[in-house]
Amino acid sequence: MHMFEYLQPRTAIEAEALLLANEEARAISGGMSLLPAMKLRLAAPSHLIDLSGIEEMRGTSVDDNVLTIGAMTRHAEVARSSVVRQAIPGLAALASGIGDRQVRNRGTIGGSIANSDPAACYPASVLGLGATVMTPRRRIAADDFFVGVFETALEPGELVTHIAFPIPERSAYVKFQQPASRFALVGVLVSRSRDGTVRVAVTGASSHVFRVPSLEQALAAEFTPGAVENIAIDTEELNSDIHGDADYRAHLIPVLTARAVDLASKPDAVGKI
Amino acid sequence: MGTMTSKRESGTVPNGIGRSVKRTEDARFLLGKGRYTDDLRIPGQAYIYVVRSPHAHANITSLDASEAKSASGVVDVLIGSDYLDDGLGTLPCIWQVRNKNGSVMAEPARYPVAVDRVRYVGDAVAVVIAETLDQAKDAADLIVVEYEPLAAVVAGPDAIMPQAPIVHNDAPGNLCFDWEIGNRAATEDAFSRAHHITRLDVINSRIVPNPMEPRSVVAIYDDIADEYTLHTSTQNPHLVRSLLCKSVLRIPEHKVRVVSADVGGGFGVKCHLYPEEVLLTWAARRCGRPVRWTADRSETFLSDAHARDHVTHGELALDSDGTFLGLRVSTVANLGAYLSTWSASIPTYASAPNLAGQYTTPAIYAEVKGVFTNTVPVDAYRGAGRPEANYIVERLIDAAAREMGLDRVEIRRRNLVPSAAMPYATPLGPVYDSGDFRKCLDMAAGNADYEGLAERKQDALRRGKLLGLGVSCYIEACGVSPSRANGISGGRIGGFEMAEIRFNPDGSATVFSGTHSHGQGHETVFAQIVTDKLGVPFESVMLVQGDTARIAFGHGTVGSRSAAVGGSAIVVAGERIVAKGKRIAAHIMEVDVEDVHFEDGEFRSRGTNKVMTIAEIAHAAYLPINYPLDQMDPGLDEICFYDPTNFTFPNGTQICELEIDPQTGHVELKRFVVADDFGRILNPMIVHGQVHGGIAQGVGQALLETVVYDADSGQLLTGSFMDYAMPRSCDLPSFEVSYHEDSPCTHNPLGVKGCGEAGTIGAATAVMNAVLDAMSSVGVDHMDMPASPSRVWRALRAATSKLPRPTASASATAGNGNQVGNAHGE
Ligand SMILES: Cc1cc2nc3c(=O)[nH]c(=O)nc-3n(C[C@H](O)[C@H](O)[C@H](O)COP(=O)(O)OP(=O)(O)OC[C@H]3O[C@@H](n4cnc5c(N)ncnc54)[C@H](O)[C@@H]3O)c2cc1C
Repeated sequence: MHMFEYLQPRTAIEAEALLLANEEARAISGGMSLLPAMKLRLAAPSHLIDLSGIEEMRGTSVDDNVLTIGAMTRHAEVARSSVVRQAIPGLAALASGIGDRQVRNRGTIGGSIANSDPAACYPASVLGLGATVMTPRRRIAADDFFVGVFETALEPGELVTHIAFPIPERSAYVKFQQPASRFALVGVLVSRSRDGTVRVAVTGASSHVFRVPSLEQALAAEFTPGAVENIAIDTEELNSDIHGDADYRAHLIPVLTARAVDLASKPDAVGKI
Repeated sequence: MGTMTSKRESGTVPNGIGRSVKRTEDARFLLGKGRYTDDLRIPGQAYIYVVRSPHAHANITSLDASEAKSASGVVDVLIGSDYLDDGLGTLPCIWQVRNKNGSVMAEPARYPVAVDRVRYVGDAVAVVIAETLDQAKDAADLIVVEYEPLAAVVAGPDAIMPQAPIVHNDAPGNLCFDWEIGNRAATEDAFSRAHHITRLDVINSRIVPNPMEPRSVVAIYDDIADEYTLHTSTQNPHLVRSLLCKSVLRIPEHKVRVVSADVGGGFGVKCHLYPEEVLLTWAARRCGRPVRWTADRSETFLSDAHARDHVTHGELALDSDGTFLGLRVSTVANLGAYLSTWSASIPTYASAPNLAGQYTTPAIYAEVKGVFTNTVPVDAYRGAGRPEANYIVERLIDAAAREMGLDRVEIRRRNLVPSAAMPYATPLGPVYDSGDFRKCLDMAAGNADYEGLAERKQDALRRGKLLGLGVSCYIEACGVSPSRANGISGGRIGGFEMAEIRFNPDGSATVFSGTHSHGQGHETVFAQIVTDKLGVPFESVMLVQGDTARIAFGHGTVGSRSAAVGGSAIVVAGERIVAKGKRIAAHIMEVDVEDVHFEDGEFRSRGTNKVMTIAEIAHAAYLPINYPLDQMDPGLDEICFYDPTNFTFPNGTQICELEIDPQTGHVELKRFVVADDFGRILNPMIVHGQVHGGIAQGVGQALLETVVYDADSGQLLTGSFMDYAMPRSCDLPSFEVSYHEDSPCTHNPLGVKGCGEAGTIGAATAVMNAVLDAMSSVGVDHMDMPASPSRVWRALRAATSKLPRPTASASATAGNGNQVGNAHGE
């Protein structure tokens, strides 16, 4: 690891200022993605701006059918939170399936979505639930947030402070693990809002999380596993690697979507995914 | 995870043989107080960073380290030309295999640091020595190496194609050896008489052993005494010393002490002499500083010996009722870029002689081409050669059963060597001393409810799953090894083991063993042996291992040898203690030595009520006042170098049952049932642990693990745990293990056969036979390891009949394992 300076601001505004003041500075929240990169000498920040002391970036609350989660909330906290489990049980379940115990106790929701790893789980929830990403400067709609491999709409020095999830009528996330990393080889989040809008977000399969309109339309018409089972997915934009070619991922998308629909339809099972 | 099914404790002595004594070593391991090489802090130490080749194959056209040498904190930078200038040697292979025509194998030079050409990604290019590791790494970035890239070859069969790039100029055609064993003519004859011939091509995939503790080395040179101390995470300190001194650095052996304290797993990958051990010993003297190096996990992937990597064609000849008439096996074994310490012996003598398996196959012929490629050197890994033999034999049998419409268990039963035929000489040399193969097969088949299989398959189909059951009957030559057997087959190393039992004046005993426990629990089991045989309280026995300054000699722990060979040496040393003790007792009790007998730690004389404990004898031996000094030396310290008369032959049957989700290709293990014959069992709890870990590693290869090299660039694509899939506890079912203990080994005093590798040897085969059993119901009858989801899904696309779908009543999501986030990782 290269040398760096360590700073611990108390507010998000202060943190943004420190990031802007030092070109090579990086925010660190859980460190579960950034620290391995530093150890491998793939990242060499001049300053680490530790967000863990920023109280306003923590905690969960529900207001007017919107669940708001602070960016510094750890995966384990989301998994355990009675607020989250009651509002969007599938989201708590998603968090409980990330990595291992150590990772869940350190990693944060803000770090995960800011990182936009193509195989990460949280981005599927942000996009699949139509959430809004909040920063000290603005609110960014999920559909505009994820733009590429490890790339988001965040500007230099801009921090995620909260994520606001509209509470759906039902939702479920099904993750098919990549055998080695146990990230998502393909992960699908399906949600149906109270007004009947269906969103299907897929992670692990492409450069970044994306929606599948054909599946959404079919499910809007009929929210059953059978409605999506035979829908073919174009392989064009999909990843191929040693764990699965694009055609395998394309095949898994409707299969996992059907399973997520099935799971979302069983109120008692939802909490278990 | 595991359940203890039918193994009860045996033995009558508290903490003696047969008891599940809790492990002495676990207190320090569980408290994080193990003493590993990397824990050492030596005053004045400097850190070493090894610069490795980014190319699979290239000439080094220039190397400029001048800037690095003057970088902050740098002590020195050493490169290949420095090594040549010092006139040092190359790393040897300890087995010299001969070609079919009697000539010896090619042994191209292996320098610990590249001298002009790099031959795999990870080949050492320079050694940076600095005050801190970060400074060493920073300086490494300043070294300018110019490479002239050469075409690379990574797959064994590709390496022997006519136009293949040549890895070593002195190994034409990339051939290290072209070896054979068995009676070719008799085998041809058997095939000419066959009613049916089954042919099969299999790939035994390449894997990385990945012990939890990465390799670690600390080297110290004492310029006043002109002595070296090498701390290294090895399974075999004396072997490291011998090879390092004699072949490489040419230092007299008494000047080098090799210490291997706690080691966090070996699995075969730590029983070699590695380039880093050479480089650090050399560097310690060159710069007059203690030096240290520990591989990070990325380096482990690039520098630990890899394993397996056989491409094999096998043929089995049968008569009309399924009796095996002959077996022909032809293998291309990828040895990697250089010969590692044991490498040439693994696909040859460690593998092929086991091809008879548990069967009476009368005629067997095998040939193996060992080939060089631009990949990490390949060497031993748990089972070392025997899993490969088991895999081709048992896959062939299943294929034959399918083709001939015979039951898989029945065809095996028909061909098993009957227990009445023991000792049984197989056509390839091994002579099985004992075993009841039928018993283990029946036990496992019964426990696995083989009879009820058809019903379970139907039930699975209703749930949309393909259920399969796989059988693997394994046998392995263990307890390595009779030194003469090594010599005959080209070994440049003995196979005996040393044990010394030193009584102290207070009656406690220190046992010195040349074996090396790196997880196996020798501190416990060897103390159990001494307690049982000599009546010394368990707490009064201490094991010393892993230090050439304290241990007379040893061959370390490999090949399931520690109990069978190391334990036997302890028993014989103990017998010598008793013999001497009897003479001391006779003198003190004033009786004839013939009248003294020893039992439960006490010397008694027949016909009198005189009795002395072994502690009292020890006391007398060190305070020889009333003592037969005219007949013997004082002291009670006996040593035995035990050379076994035969290998041991652990054997048994493993049965795996699993379900495939045809929609995703995910394989879920349902049951794993094992019946093992390890001879006498010394500590059932520890044996269970060995079996469980062994199975996990076999399952790992079958379902998950595989090394992938890019065929063109020779880059390692699976260079971290992000892409190299290790098995986790959540991938495994509860193991159901039982033992057959009524066929003890006949030629060692403990009756033990060894249990360290058995789990791994049979497990990959049992899993793959189960996968193929499941897939053959829809017309797919071949696939190679690993049966990972995408590969299974792809194989199933060739299905000739319809894949099952869950019926309405069965839940689509029931047991969907892999997709449910929190089903894993808890
Ligand atoms: C072994 C292992 C297994 C894992 N398995 C999974 C898995 O199954 N599924 C999954 O989804 N993830 C997985 N992860 C990733 C894990 O969830 C990480 O915690 C997460 O991706 C990053 O979160 P973090 O809080 O650790 O971020 P950090 O590592 O601290 O930061 C990551 C990046 O985001 C930036 N950043 C951090 N916080 C903010 C913020 N509030 N605003 C703007 N930028 C910010 C940082 O500057 C950095 O660039 C795994 C990680 C490991 C080590």
